[in-house]
Amino acid sequence: MDFLRPASWEEALAAKAEHPTAVPIAGGTDVMVEINFDHRRPEYLLDLTRIGELGDWEVGEETVRLGASVPYTTIMERLRGELPGLALASHTVASPQIRNRGGVGGNLGTASPAGDAHPALLAAGAEVEAESVRGSRLIPIDEFYTGVKRNALAPDELIRAVHIKKADGPQQFSKVGTRNAMVIAVCAFGLALHPETRTVRTGIGSAAPTPVRAKDAEEFLNAALDEGGFWDSGKIITPSVARQFADLCSAACNPIDDVRGTAGYRRHAVGVMARRTLTWTWESYRATGRDAHEMGGAA
Amino acid sequence: MGTTGTPTNITQGSRTRGGVGESTLRPDGILKVTGEFAYASDMWHEDMLWGQILRSTVAHAEIVSIDTSEALAQAGVYAVLTYDDLPTEVKHYGLEIQDTPVLAHGKVRHHGEPVAIVAADHPETARRAAAKIKVEYRELPVVTDESSATAPDAPLVHENRTDHYVGHVPHPNILHRQPIIRGDAEEAAKKADFIVRGEYTFGMQDQAFLGPESGLAVPAEDGGVDLYIATQWLHSDLRQIAPVLGLPEDKVRMTLSGVGGAFGGREDLSMQIHACLLALRTGKPVKMVYNRFESFFGHVHRHPAKLFYEHGATKDGKLTHLKARIVLDGGAYASASPAVVGNAASLGAGPYVVDDVGIEALALYTNNPPCGAMRGFGAVQACFAYEAQMDKLADKVGMDRVEFRRLNAMEQGSLMPTGQPVDSPAPVAELLRRVKAMPLPPERQWASSEGADVRQLPGGLSNTTHGEGVVRGVGYAVGIKNVGFSEGFDDYSTARVRMEVVGDEPVVTVHTAMAEVGQGGVTVHAQIARTELGVTQVTIQPADTQVGSAGSTSASRQTYVTGGAVKNACELVRERVLEIGRRKFGTYHPAWATAELLLEGGKVVTDGGEVLAGLTDVLEGECVEVEEEWRHRPTEPFDLRTGQGFGHVQYSFAAHRAVVEVDTELGLVKVIELACAQDVGKALNPLSVIGQIQGGTTQGLGVAVMEEILVDPKTAKVRNPSFTDYLIPTILDTPTIPVDVLELADHHAPYGLRGVGEAPTLSSTPAVLAAIRDATGLELNRTPVRPEHLTETETCWTSPRN
Repeated sequence: MDFLRPASWEEALAAKAEHPTAVPIAGGTDVMVEINFDHRRPEYLLDLTRIGELGDWEVGEETVRLGASVPYTTIMERLRGELPGLALASHTVASPQIRNRGGVGGNLGTASPAGDAHPALLAAGAEVEAESVRGSRLIPIDEFYTGVKRNALAPDELIRAVHIKKADGPQQFSKVGTRNAMVIAVCAFGLALHPETRTVRTGIGSAAPTPVRAKDAEEFLNAALDEGGFWDSGKIITPSVARQFADLCSAACNPIDDVRGTAGYRRHAVGVMARRTLTWTWESYRATGRDAHEMGGAA
Repeated sequence: MGTTGTPTNITQGSRTRGGVGESTLRPDGILKVTGEFAYASDMWHEDMLWGQILRSTVAHAEIVSIDTSEALAQAGVYAVLTYDDLPTEVKHYGLEIQDTPVLAHGKVRHHGEPVAIVAADHPETARRAAAKIKVEYRELPVVTDESSATAPDAPLVHENRTDHYVGHVPHPNILHRQPIIRGDAEEAAKKADFIVRGEYTFGMQDQAFLGPESGLAVPAEDGGVDLYIATQWLHSDLRQIAPVLGLPEDKVRMTLSGVGGAFGGREDLSMQIHACLLALRTGKPVKMVYNRFESFFGHVHRHPAKLFYEHGATKDGKLTHLKARIVLDGGAYASASPAVVGNAASLGAGPYVVDDVGIEALALYTNNPPCGAMRGFGAVQACFAYEAQMDKLADKVGMDRVEFRRLNAMEQGSLMPTGQPVDSPAPVAELLRRVKAMPLPPERQWASSEGADVRQLPGGLSNTTHGEGVVRGVGYAVGIKNVGFSEGFDDYSTARVRMEVVGDEPVVTVHTAMAEVGQGGVTVHAQIARTELGVTQVTIQPADTQVGSAGSTSASRQTYVTGGAVKNACELVRERVLEIGRRKFGTYHPAWATAELLLEGGKVVTDGGEVLAGLTDVLEGECVEVEEEWRHRPTEPFDLRTGQGFGHVQYSFAAHRAVVEVDTELGLVKVIELACAQDVGKALNPLSVIGQIQGGTTQGLGVAVMEEILVDPKTAKVRNPSFTDYLIPTILDTPTIPVDVLELADHHAPYGLRGVGEAPTLSSTPAVLAAIRDATGLELNRTPVRPEHLTETETCWTSPRN
């Protein structure tokens, strides 16, 4: 196994172009587990730890450009306001030691359906900044996950950053595991309210071959909130609307039975989490978000 | 900690600091907490090779061929050994029945069975070489449960059995069967106003010790071998290793290395013989370390069990009878299964008075992973079932669940279903009263003015509930465990104690072969020596086979038996020291002849406290050393047909109250509190006692809500051999564990002590299950309970879709 140690981003892109099978490694919290368990023996490891800018982030007007290696701990501590859903998801990643090393770039690179960041990215809305010696492109998060542990990256591309929409409303993230800490998701759910566009977005983890949005559920809720004038009135969402939203989220799942849980349970739990996170975000919107939005709109 | 009970008589009762009854600190404590302690996996030897095992990828198969040529050809490889390379006619080992091949011969019987071993100059080289060994298997059908194992056409796991159990079992795939018949359960059932029946399932738990199996074998110039190893019983290992190597026992010198937990999982051999074989073959030191994945295949697990129970009671709440059938899955090799059967059967009625009993316990041979010793040893599975029954029966009778148990609780003088009288304190009713009397944790602990604190809620930081669906439940359980080896086993320990003057100070050295696996035996031995010999300086020698056997660090027995041996040796040393004193100074003062003499503060004193001589003077030019075996009172085997007999040395009792909060919609559980009351006879080290009780309680919690090795019933392959998918409790899963310790002396035991380590593991699990049942109203007849059981969304998880 050859260990490639580029000193700069340009060198890293060149190395990846020369060795497309090279496996990028930053925090190592996924790759080293795979290697230690002998699940893979890559010909080349491409060490990205010398490339400092991967650990940087910029807060822009509309989005946060989050470097691929920004550790989860930093997201929790520094970006809670801009990225509340992702910050909540970061809290649930493994242990403090892992959160100090692992970052969203690794989650995206591995593209496991169980990655904790995915539901939050799907719900917030995001684009993955992929780059190669051929150039740079932005891949919409909805098009990024292409199969079990597969993504839309070309063999010569590396993840430079992810551009995540700054929260314009309440966001929530919820994850089921059979232990109260340090556990891989049995299933997970992310929800973001977008008062500016009067839409909601969802993200489901570990309940389908890839992370997915519950698009039928989103469309149903968007229509229900719109028709009922909920965004303006801030009325309490009726239980029947919440239940139908939850049922549609369950229906968006395509889970399997495995050692971590049954398909039936995953569908059920996603529904429960959808209903609860809808209540939490909507209550938050009623309490603070709506005023803030209206004031923002007036200014 | 609350302590009550009769004061315990301490024979010599030195007031020396650091003696019996004090919470002296562990000598290895700081090193372990700071990460500096040398565990077995940290060992290193110049010029050493690394050993690697090739394990079977299938559960049951004929081995058609093994081709090692490619592995041998790899640079850096020093040896590749298979069954054909074993040096003597002894090619099997086992704790009781030698049915386990050192390396597979013609057949593998379970997933992960060792087939070949490699030594190479680098662990990665050894791993790659092992991967190059070509094994051709012809797969055989597997037997995985009672119905498949005893079907008319069932393949036999072991053909041509010759062990001493085969004569009385109904089928060759049944390893051992023990009935316990007392009174007439059928007839007594007619007197019952209420009858409850239940079928219970106990999942396969792993010991999950944190330090994986590891050892270092160093070939010696005399043709022997020195083995440094993490184990629970050096001499038991030695008896199994030496014949396979073809060496006399004195040429296999074993030294205990740093043990990172055991819980029964190191009673059987792991790589001991393999490392020695490779070292003797190559003439170089060989180190072997399992990684976590291999560790799941490298030791036995707790027997999964099916338990069928019927209890009856009169309308005023007295038990009428018990019928029980306990089926334990022993897996492919015998390990400790026969003794586990004896325990499950003899303790299967629990700590209750029931005169008419019909119990049958048996262990199967299957192609599942071998099962053997784990903390609680057969009593755990039974306790899960009989405690569920007690709740059901109390409800039927219409009594409070705790009062129903107290009404039927055994006490000193009660008879076990084996006919054995319980001849020391059995405060079952009192333990229950105490856990019930403890204040309950406040409701809605998670609520605050700033909203819900998710860390206090089911799901924790995973943020699954802010109080929605959360229901509290409370449950109780009590259990009974035997202490020490039972059924007539000659269960002795040896201690060597020396007293001498070093640097003008009397110093005591204690040498035993006791395996310190984390239980704190080394601390206790020093405390005993200080109390018995009145000195402050005590050195504990490393455990090795240069001294006689200390028996196993198992069965809650080490403080009792090796502690007893140390006490006994100290008493003999004291006698010798006083003899020397009398010889040297007896004429100086009449008290040498007339008074009762004690050793106190490094001096010989009278029982009135007068100093007769300093030990430095008495021992000038002398050294007193004693090595003696010590035995607890003998037991006898259970009758093979009726199970009657004086089978156990001592009983220990613990009771738990569990308070849980269940997210009833998601099926997630947060155990809020697990209160425990236990009688320990005498707490030699109160802090260690609390630690044992809290640890055992937590291990019981683990198998209540998360810990289970999942084995595919079609292939008998292990599905979750990792800490990613075999979950053990984290600190966020571990509740407050208030402990109430009783000290009611057992006058048969040294200092009146009672073995501590296992009893809390029994009642913890059923108490948690009872609390979850209380919260959910569900019947829950299996453990561990999973979210899909609590939400009734279970589909067939045993047949994954690809």
